[in-house]
Amino acid sequence: MSAVRKEPSRIADALAQVGACGLFLFQILGAIPKSLRHIKETLRQIWFVGAMSLVIIMTCGLFVGMVLGLQLYYVLSIFGGTAALGTVVSLSLYRELGPVVTALLFAGRAGTSITAAIGLMRATDQLSAMEMMAVDPLAYVAAPRFLAGIIAMPLLACVFNALGIFGAHLIGVSWLGLDNGTFWSNMTSSVDVWKDVINGVWKSTAFGAVVALIAVFQGYTTPPTSEGVAYATTRTVVFSSIVVLALDFVMTAFLM
Amino acid sequence: MTQRRSYQVGTGLFILLGFTALAYLATQTTSVANFSQGDSYLLKARFTNIGQLKLRAPVKLAGVRIGSVESIALDPVKLEAQVQISVDKRYHQLPDDSSAAIFTSGLLGDQYVGIQPGGSPDMFKDGDEFVLTQSSMQLEDLIGKFLVNGSPPQKPANGDVPPAADAGKPAAPPTDTNKH
Repeated sequence: MSAVRKEPSRIADALAQVGACGLFLFQILGAIPKSLRHIKETLRQIWFVGAMSLVIIMTCGLFVGMVLGLQLYYVLSIFGGTAALGTVVSLSLYRELGPVVTALLFAGRAGTSITAAIGLMRATDQLSAMEMMAVDPLAYVAAPRFLAGIIAMPLLACVFNALGIFGAHLIGVSWLGLDNGTFWSNMTSSVDVWKDVINGVWKSTAFGAVVALIAVFQGYTTPPTSEGVAYATTRTVVFSSIVVLALDFVMTAFLM
Repeated sequence: MTQRRSYQVGTGLFILLGFTALAYLATQTTSVANFSQGDSYLLKARFTNIGQLKLRAPVKLAGVRIGSVESIALDPVKLEAQVQISVDKRYHQLPDDSSAAIFTSGLLGDQYVGIQPGGSPDMFKDGDEFVLTQSSMQLEDLIGKFLVNGSPPQKPANGDVPPAADAGKPAAPPTDTNKH
């Protein structure tokens, strides 16, 4: 009985959360002009969410590229088309894997730390204290992190892609003995700047905005307990991953 | 204070690294990398069929890239494809009886313009036109010809294919096609 009565309220809760997150986006957008006065805070957050994520992004990019090189070499050798390895690796990295995998790693590495930091500020009443001192926490805490996510994500995705290409080159050319010229010339003849590289940048920018929004929102609205912060961190990863993959499908359909 | 400075330097380095990666991807791994750097001159070629030849497709001589396809248009009078290719100025010693053909690189590769050098003492000048061209090989046509020409006794019955067209084509081994 109670389970049946609970279901509608849970759906309503989920809807309310989505709605609150949407409203929160507008609040952050409204606070951005004010947050530009604290531009140094934004730079500091770019350091935290971007530069500190570099190591994991670069390592994962290298390994993803190496795995792609191995797997696609195997698949392409069935059709006798190993010459297309560079093309296939670069296209799949630029168009899909680069933005998506970077966004998932970004949610795990940077999103969680954003949520935990803001959640602890909420739990220890620092946000209320800021309001008391007439410092808008939206402009000083939320907006800089949101902006940092938008700025850092495409840059991280580009680094990821570059390392991925390097890894595929390492496997394909240095290890499996593919011709270096074939690898690059096939790649350069079929990869387009706007259709492939820049579309990937748009995608990763959108993913950065989504992950940062979810992370900031979860931290901002967390119940002010240690358990609440823990749950909020988990929800950041879960929701960001789902939304990134769903948004990826929608954006791919539109950008194709 | 020193810590704050190190943030800013690190953030700057990170942004720099990101944009370097973007610039590298955009210029070194895409078709932008194929733009010829130096001066070039234009040559024209007419093809009855260019297949899937695309703009900026490579132009190769002896397998080495010497230029790219500049424009593709249809001649409204002769109803032929008119392809303009730009060739790097370094390769100005192309005999003017060279021929241009459209090839496919590999089984799955893109199409490119291949140039066979001729023996004429005169060289191509800017704006010259290839006299000898060979259109892209259409896989569908080839298969059609194989099917039609495969069994020699039936040849007169299929009169819709001009005999001259298949004179130079390698016929399928008779043992293989007689099964049809």
